[in-house]
Amino acid sequence: MSDSRVQQHIVGPSPHITSKATCSGIMLWVVAALAPAAIWAIVNMGLVAVQLLVVTIGVAIGTEAAWNAIARRPQTILDGSALVTGLLLALALPPRTPWWMAAVGAFIAIALGKMVFGGLGHNLFNPALVGRAFVALSWAGVLAGVENRGWFRTLADVSAEGYDTISGATRLAVATADRAASGGYGFDLVAQYEPLLLKNLEGSLGEISAALLILGGAVLIIKGIIDWRIPAGYIGTMGIVSWAFGSDPVFHVLAGGVLLGAFFMATDYVSSPMSKKGRLIYGIGCGLFNALGRFVGPMPESTTFAILFMNGLAPLIDRMTRPRVFGVVKSDE
Amino acid sequence: MGGVHPPGHKERTAASAVERAPVPERLVVPLSQHLGAPCAPLVGKGDRVERGQMIGDVDAMVSAPVHSPVSGVVTEVGVTLTAGGQRVAAVTIEPDAPQDLGSFVPVEDTGDARARVRAAGIVGMGGATFPSVVKLSPPKGMAIDTVILNGCECEPFLTCDHRLMLEEPEHVVAGARHIRDIVGASRVIIGLEDNKPDAAAALRKVAGSDIEVTELPTMYPQGAEKQLIYALLRKEVPHGKLPAATGALVHNVATAAAIADALEHGRPLMERIVTVTGAVARPGNYRVLFGTLVSDLIEHAGGFVGDVERVIAGGPMTGQALGTLEVPIAKGSSGIVALEKGVAARAISDDQPCIRCGRCPEVCPMGLEPYILATYSGRRMWDAVAARSVIDCIECGACSYVCPTKRPLLQLIRVGKSAAMSKGAK
Ligand code: SF4
Ligand code: SF4
Repeated sequence: MSDSRVQQHIVGPSPHITSKATCSGIMLWVVAALAPAAIWAIVNMGLVAVQLLVVTIGVAIGTEAAWNAIARRPQTILDGSALVTGLLLALALPPRTPWWMAAVGAFIAIALGKMVFGGLGHNLFNPALVGRAFVALSWAGVLAGVENRGWFRTLADVSAEGYDTISGATRLAVATADRAASGGYGFDLVAQYEPLLLKNLEGSLGEISAALLILGGAVLIIKGIIDWRIPAGYIGTMGIVSWAFGSDPVFHVLAGGVLLGAFFMATDYVSSPMSKKGRLIYGIGCGLFNALGRFVGPMPESTTFAILFMNGLAPLIDRMTRPRVFGVVKSDE
Repeated sequence: MGGVHPPGHKERTAASAVERAPVPERLVVPLSQHLGAPCAPLVGKGDRVERGQMIGDVDAMVSAPVHSPVSGVVTEVGVTLTAGGQRVAAVTIEPDAPQDLGSFVPVEDTGDARARVRAAGIVGMGGATFPSVVKLSPPKGMAIDTVILNGCECEPFLTCDHRLMLEEPEHVVAGARHIRDIVGASRVIIGLEDNKPDAAAALRKVAGSDIEVTELPTMYPQGAEKQLIYALLRKEVPHGKLPAATGALVHNVATAAAIADALEHGRPLMERIVTVTGAVARPGNYRVLFGTLVSDLIEHAGGFVGDVERVIAGGPMTGQALGTLEVPIAKGSSGIVALEKGVAARAISDDQPCIRCGRCPEVCPMGLEPYILATYSGRRMWDAVAARSVIDCIECGACSYVCPTKRPLLQLIRVGKSAAMSKGAK
C-alpha cells in the first residue's frame, strides 16, 4: 500500500458527483439558440449586421474584462454571460444604429447593468435591456430615424426592392398609427405573417425571422435551460390582450420585439423569479405591460420597458411564491 | 416533490452475484459501528474469540453491541480511524488459519424479540446505522400500522440491496414479517425503484398476499425516509415530528434480512454485502466481514484503474470521501466507490455566484430554498436560516448536485443547520 497513492485522493464533503450543467454551458446554449437568427440577419443585411454584432459583443466583453482588472477581481468573462448580453443587445437594436451608440449601450449594459451590482447573479435588471433602454431614452430620435427602413408588405417585395432601397415606418408603427387614427388598419395584418416569420428587415436585428426565434426558444425549453412558463405566459397574454383590443393576436406576437423578449430577455435567470408559479405570473405580467404599452400607451415598442418593470417586481413575486416546506401545513406558518 | 436523476452507473455491478471477500490477515473491528453510545471492549489482548462472540457492549438505550466476525486471537485493543473520519476504539483480531465461516456463537433466545435484535447488534444498514431496537420500540401513544421496507437504493453506483433482494428475497420478506409482528402493524410494503424489475419479481414470488411490493419511479432521493413514506402512503411526516407520526416505520431491506437471521438463527451481525465499484478492476458485490480494511477490499477487487480522485465509503451523494484506505468496513458500509477524475466533483470553493437559475429549489425534496440558505449561512445569518427551516434539510445533496455554478450549497447549509440546531431554534 503506497501512501502516496492514498494522498492523491481528495477529501471533500458530499455530494461527490455533480451534474454536467455549467454556467458557461448554459450561456453557450443561449448563444447557439440565437445564432440562427443572427446568421440569417447577416446573410440578409450584410456588413451592417456584422458591425453591430462585433461592436456590442466586443464592448460587452471588453467592459467586463476591464472592470474586473481595475477592481482586481477574478476574471469572469469566460462564464459567457457578457457574450450573451452583447449578442442580445445587438439583436435588440436596429441594424443601422450608429456604431458608437451601440458601443455606449454595451458599455452601459455591462457596467451599470451588471458590474456595479457586483457582477453576474447580483443584478436586479437584465443587463442587455438596461443597455437598450439607455440608448432608447438617450437617442430616441436617432433610433426612430434608423428604424424607418425595411418594410416590404409581402415576401415577394424583397426581390423587387433591395434591402437598401426600402424605406418607411415599421409595419408595427404604421399599424399603431392606423389604429389611433381610425380604429382600423390600412393594410392586411394576416398577409404580414409570412414576412414576419421568415424574413423581415425592419425594426431591430433580431426581428429578422420570428420562426428562427421560436425555433431557438423551443430548443432552450427542450434542453431544460429556460422555463416554458415565462414565454408561454408572456406570449399568451400578449395574444389575449391583442384580441381583447380587437386586433390580430398573431400579428402582435410576431411583430416587434415580443418573441426576442419572451424567449430570450424575460427568461434571463438572474432577473426573473425562481419558482414555477412565480415565473408564470411574471410572464403574464410582461405580456400584459407589453400589450398595454402597445394598445393604450403611445409606445408600440414597449417590450424593453415591460420586462424591465417586471424585473423590478421579480423579488416581490419570489416572496409571494415561496415553496411550501415539506411537512408544513399552511396554517403552521 | 423535487429530486434529481444522476446517471446510475449501476450496470457495472447489478449483474454480479454476491461473492465472499477473503478473510483478511487481520481485522480491525471498530467498537462504534452505530449511531449512539460507543461500546466498551469485552476482550483484551491475547484473548481467544469465537465467530459471533460479543466483543463490545455498553449499557445504553441507543447503542448496539459488536461481535467478532471470525474465530481468532485478539492482538490489540486500540483505536482506529473510521470511514466517517472519527477515532474510535477497535479490537484487532488475527483470524485462525482455516476459518469456518459456516458456524458462529448464536445469540441467546430469551423469548423477547426486541432484546434479541439488540443483542445481535443490528443497526440500520442503509447507512444511518441507527440501532434497530430503538426503531422497533416506538414511543408510547404512537401506533405503527404500516411497516415499509426500503429497497430503493437510490444512490448511484450501489447495488448491494438490489443483489440481496434478488438473491435472498425470502430473507427480506421474513424480516418484514418479523418487524410487522414486533410492532403490531397490519400492513407491510416493500418499496423499490423501478430500475430493479428483477428484484421486484423475485420479492413478489415469495411475498404472499400479506406483503405488498411497490415499484417507484427511479429518482434520487426516493429512498430518503420522509420521501419514501410520502411516495408510498401520500402522507407527509409533519414538520418537527418523527416519521412514526404517520403510522409508518421504515427499515432498510438489509436490516430486515439481518433481523430475520437474528430471530431465526440467533445470528449476530458480523458481515454485510458491500458494492465495490467505480474505477476498480473487478467491480462487484462482496460479502465482507466487518473489520476488513478498505485497502484489502480494493486489492481483492483488482485495485484501482485510471486516475482515481476520490474514494467514497457509501454512495457518491451522501457517502464519505476517504482520506486513507486503512479504515475498516463496518455495519453501515454499503459501498466503496472509486471515482475517477472527471466523474468526481471538483474540489469545492465558494467563489462562484448564484445565477438564480431556479434549479436548486426545484430539486429540493424538502421544499427548501437552498440558494437562500447557503447565502445566509455564508453570511452567518443564523436566525434567518433558522426562519427558513434549515433544520428540515435532509442533507441529500440534490441541490449541490444540480447547481450549474457548482456552489457548495449543502456544505454551507450544514454549517447553518448545525448553528441553528445548537441555538435550539425549532
Ligand atoms: S437543501 Fe437539504 S434537503 Fe434540500 S436539496 Fe439541499 S441537501 Fe437536499
Ligand atoms: S442551483 Fe445554483 S445557481 Fe441555481 S439557483 Fe441554486 S444556487 Fe443559484
